[in-house]
Amino acid sequence: MATRVGMEVSIAAAEAVKQANTDIIAAYPITPQTHIVEHLSELVNNGELDAEFIPVESEHSAMSVCAGSSAVGARTFTCTSSQGLALMSEIVYAVSSLRLPMLMILTNRSLNSPLSIWNDHSDVMSIRDCGWIQVFTESGQDVYDHVFIGFRVAEDRNVLNPFIINLDGFILTHVIEPIEILDQEIVDLYLPQYQPLHRLHPDRPVTIGCFGPPVLFTEAKKAQNEAMNNTMPHIIKAWQEFGDLTGRYYHPIETYKTEEAKIVIITQGSLGETASIAIDTMREKNEPVGLVKIRLWRPFPFMELREAVRGAELVVVMDRAISYGGPGGPLAGEIRSALYSEEGHPRVVNFIIGLGGRDVSPEDFIQMVQQAKMKVGDWYEIYGVRE
Amino acid sequence: MAKPENEITWKDLEVGFVVDEPGNAMVYRTGDWRSQRPVYSRERCIKCGTCYIYCPDMAIKILEDGYIEHDLYYCKGCGICVQECPTNAITMIEEEE
Amino acid sequence: MMIEIRFHGRGGQGAVTSAELLALAAIKEAKYAMAFPSFGPERRGAPVVAFCRISDERIRVRSVIQHPDIVLVLDPSILRLVDVCNGLKADGILVTNTRFSPDEIRKELGIHYRVATVDAAGIAKEELGVPITNTTMLGALLKAADLVDKESMQGPLKDRFGRLAERNIRAFERAYNETKILE
Repeated sequence: MATRVGMEVSIAAAEAVKQANTDIIAAYPITPQTHIVEHLSELVNNGELDAEFIPVESEHSAMSVCAGSSAVGARTFTCTSSQGLALMSEIVYAVSSLRLPMLMILTNRSLNSPLSIWNDHSDVMSIRDCGWIQVFTESGQDVYDHVFIGFRVAEDRNVLNPFIINLDGFILTHVIEPIEILDQEIVDLYLPQYQPLHRLHPDRPVTIGCFGPPVLFTEAKKAQNEAMNNTMPHIIKAWQEFGDLTGRYYHPIETYKTEEAKIVIITQGSLGETASIAIDTMREKNEPVGLVKIRLWRPFPFMELREAVRGAELVVVMDRAISYGGPGGPLAGEIRSALYSEEGHPRVVNFIIGLGGRDVSPEDFIQMVQQAKMKVGDWYEIYGVRE
Repeated sequence: MAKPENEITWKDLEVGFVVDEPGNAMVYRTGDWRSQRPVYSRERCIKCGTCYIYCPDMAIKILEDGYIEHDLYYCKGCGICVQECPTNAITMIEEEE
Repeated sequence: MMIEIRFHGRGGQGAVTSAELLALAAIKEAKYAMAFPSFGPERRGAPVVAFCRISDERIRVRSVIQHPDIVLVLDPSILRLVDVCNGLKADGILVTNTRFSPDEIRKELGIHYRVATVDAAGIAKEELGVPITNTTMLGALLKAADLVDKESMQGPLKDRFGRLAERNIRAFERAYNETKILE
């Protein structure tokens, strides 16, 4: 069914793209995504993966190629980070509006300046509203599994939406850990061949990417928004079926020791695993603290979030990005807005942590919870800054 | 044929706003954009076909007998055919007339 | 029970590779392990740090190792440059490449930790022809701490080094035998 091997997470991700029988890979190298695309180019070169690897001259070209590739009905993959994402962002918006299914692995890395090759979420947050389905992963296995889930969901006739897998750069990409590599038969059972709804083909000409005058634009965006909201049940179904095949079940929100929790920490990405250790320590001292991990970022799981924090008096949101001059971090903003209309909603306190690769330890989480308890009202702070 | 723009609802739109009716821009009566129209003289025409080649809208048809005809549904009145005709077989007059 | 090891070396000496090989050996033994470098624009010669965690249970923590059980040093010049024992647990052990004895190292650094030493540079020069000590020091590491079976290291070494594997395995075995430990 599966083989347990020690492998660098980047390599595992590339192997998953191979096992998914991807057709087109167009990517430009950027730290810390390099091992993924380098390994993929090797796999294509030695014939292990029957695909076209298109070495484009920039990320902007990469996404252009992917748009065209998806438009003709090929299973399409790209991978980028930080400045590369910023460079291709122009087309990122177009691709989702055109409902072109494809998979992007985004190895989260800080946006300049100052120049940083280290991890935080400023890159993915900069395209929050782009219309792609977005998930956060927290371990190597998670990343590997989501390559199959991502293609399956993106290409689903009921979804037809591009998909982003976020993984923390370096913290996940460059780690060697045990990964269960699925047998090809299992992958093939789970991931069918892509059957596009519309594609560019001379036998049945269509126009993809036309003009949208004011009289039509609102209807177009309504259609897109409805489609995005309607992806949720299909994502959940895809996770359910993956779990039935492999025993690993994923959910829009994952909770850890939230039973009777009065204080809830909220994280996204690899911080979740580290935070869970802090939860254990605090629970041993009978502190009623729990952890909520947001896996599905878009479409946002409002119902599941409200359920997960029900009964809490204090919610401590961990952001790895900041909106200058705004209300703190983007995740906190969304949490506050999701809870605003709830009767007796908890206080929301926001810490901005781990910027540009700053290490966050279990002790840090414990510290932050203690600090949060002593603050009044809603508020945000950049944690650990040297004054 | 597509509905008039201001009657299209969001549910009418195809996934990804794909237009799957190839060539439906044909319904646009670009002839309405004219402020001058071409007038053609068979007597002066030498059937060289130059106007047909130069028309940017393919709004000139070559008839079976070799003479031409302007398609006024599409003709935008740009006057290039007048410019290029070697025998001045085409002239422009104001639309009003 | 989780063991945390911090590797100190210079860029290009294979500190990161050591951490990875150790993790791969542990994973082969059906344990859980995690190896990662202290990320940075690596350049040859600059001090670098790598980390490895080994546990019987799934490892959840992903922050850097602040309180290692073992500190492994590939290049003796680093001992005088970097406070390698920073955060080392009281009952931890320092395993280092050096021509000096454990006792001399202890005195020089003014520490009270357990110390293990081996002339890895010398062994590497003889067996590999170059003073690249990463595989050699793995031998010292396994002598100093029972992290994985010696035999479990063979597979990862062969996979990584191909036709150079034999020499690396010899260097590894020699270091294992020649490492001196001071409790």
